[in-house]
Amino acid sequence: MSAKAAHAKRVGMEVSIAVSHAVQLARAEAIAAYPITPQTHIVEHLSSMVANGDLEAEFINVESEHSAMSACIGMSAAGARTYTATSSQGLALMFEILFIASAMRFPIVMTVANRALSGPLSIWNDHGDIMAARDIGWIQVFVENGQEAFDHTIMAFKIAENPKVLIPTIVNLDGFILSHVVEALEMLDQETVDKFLPPYQPRHCLDPKHPVTMGAFAMPEIYTEVKWNHQVTLSNAYEHIVAVWDEWAGLTGRRYRPVERFMTEDAKILFLTMGSLSQVAEIAVEELRAQGVPVGLLKLRMWRPFPFKDLREAVGDAELLIVCDRALSMGGPGGPVLSEVRSALYQQPVRPQVFGYIIGLGGRDVPPEAFKDILAKAQQEAARPSGQEFCLYGVRG
Amino acid sequence: MKPLEQTTWQEIELGGLLREPGSARAYKTGDWRSQHPVWTKSRCIRCGVCWTVCPEPAIIEEPGGYFDMNPDYCKGCGTCARECVTGCITMVPEEE
Repeated sequence: MSAKAAHAKRVGMEVSIAVSHAVQLARAEAIAAYPITPQTHIVEHLSSMVANGDLEAEFINVESEHSAMSACIGMSAAGARTYTATSSQGLALMFEILFIASAMRFPIVMTVANRALSGPLSIWNDHGDIMAARDIGWIQVFVENGQEAFDHTIMAFKIAENPKVLIPTIVNLDGFILSHVVEALEMLDQETVDKFLPPYQPRHCLDPKHPVTMGAFAMPEIYTEVKWNHQVTLSNAYEHIVAVWDEWAGLTGRRYRPVERFMTEDAKILFLTMGSLSQVAEIAVEELRAQGVPVGLLKLRMWRPFPFKDLREAVGDAELLIVCDRALSMGGPGGPVLSEVRSALYQQPVRPQVFGYIIGLGGRDVPPEAFKDILAKAQQEAARPSGQEFCLYGVRG
Repeated sequence: MKPLEQTTWQEIELGGLLREPGSARAYKTGDWRSQHPVWTKSRCIRCGVCWTVCPEPAIIEEPGGYFDMNPDYCKGCGTCARECVTGCITMVPEEE
């Protein structure tokens, strides 16, 4: 690839393979992973790249995801550019270590091929896995197609490794819907990626010449300050994330925003979606617009830090906002995205009616018609605001 | 190093890193204690089992080979009294 004159090449490729190529182009130096459906193709491919000498990296085959994340912390602590990928039960098994990775401020990059959590056992897509890990203190973004998966994987390293950030980063991509689909996408060459992403320069690293203690115990006198330091850094990461996205736009022409807008001009009704649902919602919105319905779509790309300002601006003076969650917060106020969006809008002097629809759980297909149906239902509900807090769309009975 | 209770969030080292070793020494675990060991010297054979088993370690060997606790770090766990070969260590409740 690096021998070409043009810096980009259009190829047809399974999205998982594209992600593994992005990791290769980013020159990851250390990978520890355990295969789990539907992330498997990513790490299988990386493993063979390392075995074939196409990627100069340490690949540790671990016996569990708990060990995968632990090994990633160790390798990142040694100063290596570190990558892993997981899904669902694997993410759940990593859970306690995820907090430690971010608290120790190691810029690990992880792909999560989003999948439903057991039980009942499901290998299919929803966002239940990552929403359960919402508060791990990582940067979290969502992608809606293969090109975005490729782009954001490379950008994630640059974001995470920024000395003013140094926070691990998750790129969420929908399991199967994206991971196992062959798409046309533009690959960059090695030279271009090398220029964009220089080698990782660790700011804190294990070094026998300068011994330090990492992961020390914190007394009640200091725990609060450590947590606030992390919170401020994660919130402030916003500007550095956007700066990297802007740089990428200059390089590729593909501009990413924390909250992206689709046909939102003069829209009185807005859908809000994340991940691959956005592509389906676009089809529905286009068709509805053609029928004269003043509807638009907001696509929430940046999940942590939460883009409060962008969301408020994007919602503007819309009258109805329909938040589509792909996860259920049981016994709570609806989906986690609904909950946060409502919270972000609550202090606004003018705010839309906000309805939550939970869709596409455990691989349930969501065709464009679903959005039209949801809109019809939400408009009825808007007329009677005493209705339910949220609906699980399409549930029988 | 600045005392913990005066350190602000802006002063936290990256990732909670500690650059000085032995910082745990600054934390005096002795105030956890509700009881402390007392040695009856007449029955002590100076074998050092108490010194060996103390998990802190908070038992100090005194001149002459007898032992006592370090009040800064002894948590009063009673392991020394339990393991003492001759039973010469008694755990005495702290005074209010």
